[in-house]
Amino acid sequence: MVLATKHIKIFFSAIIMLFSFAQFANAQEHGAEKKEDIHQSNQEEKEFSPSELINDHIGDSHDFHIADWNGHAISMPLPVILLSKNGLVTFMSSEFHHDNRGVVVVEKNGEKFVRAEEQIYQLNDGENAVVLVAEESPKNASKPLDFSITKNVFSMLMSSIILLLLFTAVARSYKNNKKAPKGIAGFLEPLVTFVRDDIAIPNIGEKKYARYMPYLLTVFFFVWVNNLIGLVPFFPGSSNLTGNIVFTGVLAFITFIITTLSGNKNYWSHILSPPVPKALYPIMIPIEIIGMFTKPFALMIRLFANITAGHIIILSLVSLIFIFKTVAIAPVSAAFVLFMSVLELLVAALQAYVFTLLSALFIGQAVADDHH
Amino acid sequence: MNLVAPESLVFWTTIIFVALIFLLKKVAWKPILGAVKEREDSINKALESAENARKEIQNLTADNERILKEARAERDIMLKEAREIKESMITEAKDEAIAQAAKVIEQAKATIESEKHAAIAELKNQVAELSIGIAEKVVRGELADKNKQIKLVEDMLKEVTIS
Repeated sequence: MVLATKHIKIFFSAIIMLFSFAQFANAQEHGAEKKEDIHQSNQEEKEFSPSELINDHIGDSHDFHIADWNGHAISMPLPVILLSKNGLVTFMSSEFHHDNRGVVVVEKNGEKFVRAEEQIYQLNDGENAVVLVAEESPKNASKPLDFSITKNVFSMLMSSIILLLLFTAVARSYKNNKKAPKGIAGFLEPLVTFVRDDIAIPNIGEKKYARYMPYLLTVFFFVWVNNLIGLVPFFPGSSNLTGNIVFTGVLAFITFIITTLSGNKNYWSHILSPPVPKALYPIMIPIEIIGMFTKPFALMIRLFANITAGHIIILSLVSLIFIFKTVAIAPVSAAFVLFMSVLELLVAALQAYVFTLLSALFIGQAVADDHH
Repeated sequence: MNLVAPESLVFWTTIIFVALIFLLKKVAWKPILGAVKEREDSINKALESAENARKEIQNLTADNERILKEARAERDIMLKEAREIKESMITEAKDEAIAQAAKVIEQAKATIESEKHAAIAELKNQVAELSIGIAEKVVRGELADKNKQIKLVEDMLKEVTIS
């Protein structure tokens, strides 16, 4: 254990060193490039920006970028579904022609849409081009409600289909096989019984756990599979669904709803009349009520931060090659990326486990019988 | 991080995830958990029946041992009884023999006694006859003289009273 922490320390100091070195190199490059700017100002070649790349990769997108070929982006178009002032508008994201700077105007039902920084804007009546103000929403356009099938939604649909296919196959295998599980069932059954025996029963209790099993099992496998899809570096993986705070927020909110709805008399009495002197109620009751919300909030932040951090570290390590502009750093990057990817495989399962465990714990607290 | 379309993700996540819970519950979790439970039950049942069988066998062995023990004890008792009977028979026979012998001896003794008496009586008769014969001869001799006769009678009378 001591050795392990030592290794981790060494590893992190190595990373920090690499990063500080990278920044130093970057600063130098900036200096050097300023001089060259005069020569290169006309050229289109953009300077490599790791933060932009990383933000692009961990963020959501209206089309699924697959690769770049000879300067052209190859991406899978995804449906754009907008609820604009005049109603529902749908078209494929390919109509923007990879434009992300508000240049291409798509006209549908007499309404004009542009895309800038992955946001879709609806131009105000009579306008023909969007006026973009840096760091602000455009003045002459409004933002319609966007229900597009984005990269993350696509990824989520894909994971749902994978889960359905996997587990229907497992369920089917039990119909003919009454003996020990075989094949896919043999692999997945221990995980199902793990969720049941090591997450649900110890936290919720033998009598009440059965009601919550569908939720716990679904959330466990859903988060896990999406974590794993996020780790696949190429199409159709690479989305950062579980590292998206909106997604984790929805999952945490569902846990919150289930916890609150299944809260028994004991749970509410703990919040509304905690076992402390009455004089402390003005402090305790607000704390307990805030506690109701901090628990799912922590769930949301934990999953989001863990997965996003993993993606950022891997992308940063890859970016090193482009920051240094040398292939010599590639083996170092590759080694670190390999290490991080393996670690992320563990984190993918671990975070799914932690999310499920804590959900079960919160539900267990809500349905616990009085022990006083 | 750029949140592209949070409303879209909220909407789709809610719909997809909730639908997924119910779909998986119907097509997967219920059958899987049911099958697992069923198998666990059957395994438990099998183990239990195996345990019962083992216990039964144990009982059976215990029974057998008990019966064997009882049989052995019975045999021991029978042997003991037989020995006792034998011994008592021997003692009885001995006693009887002793008694018989004593009886025989007694009878012999009695016979001897009676024989002795008879012999004594015979002897007495013969002695008496002999004495009478002698006495006759003596008396005949003596009777020749009258004084002598009287003296003799007197002497003899004195003697006779003694025996």
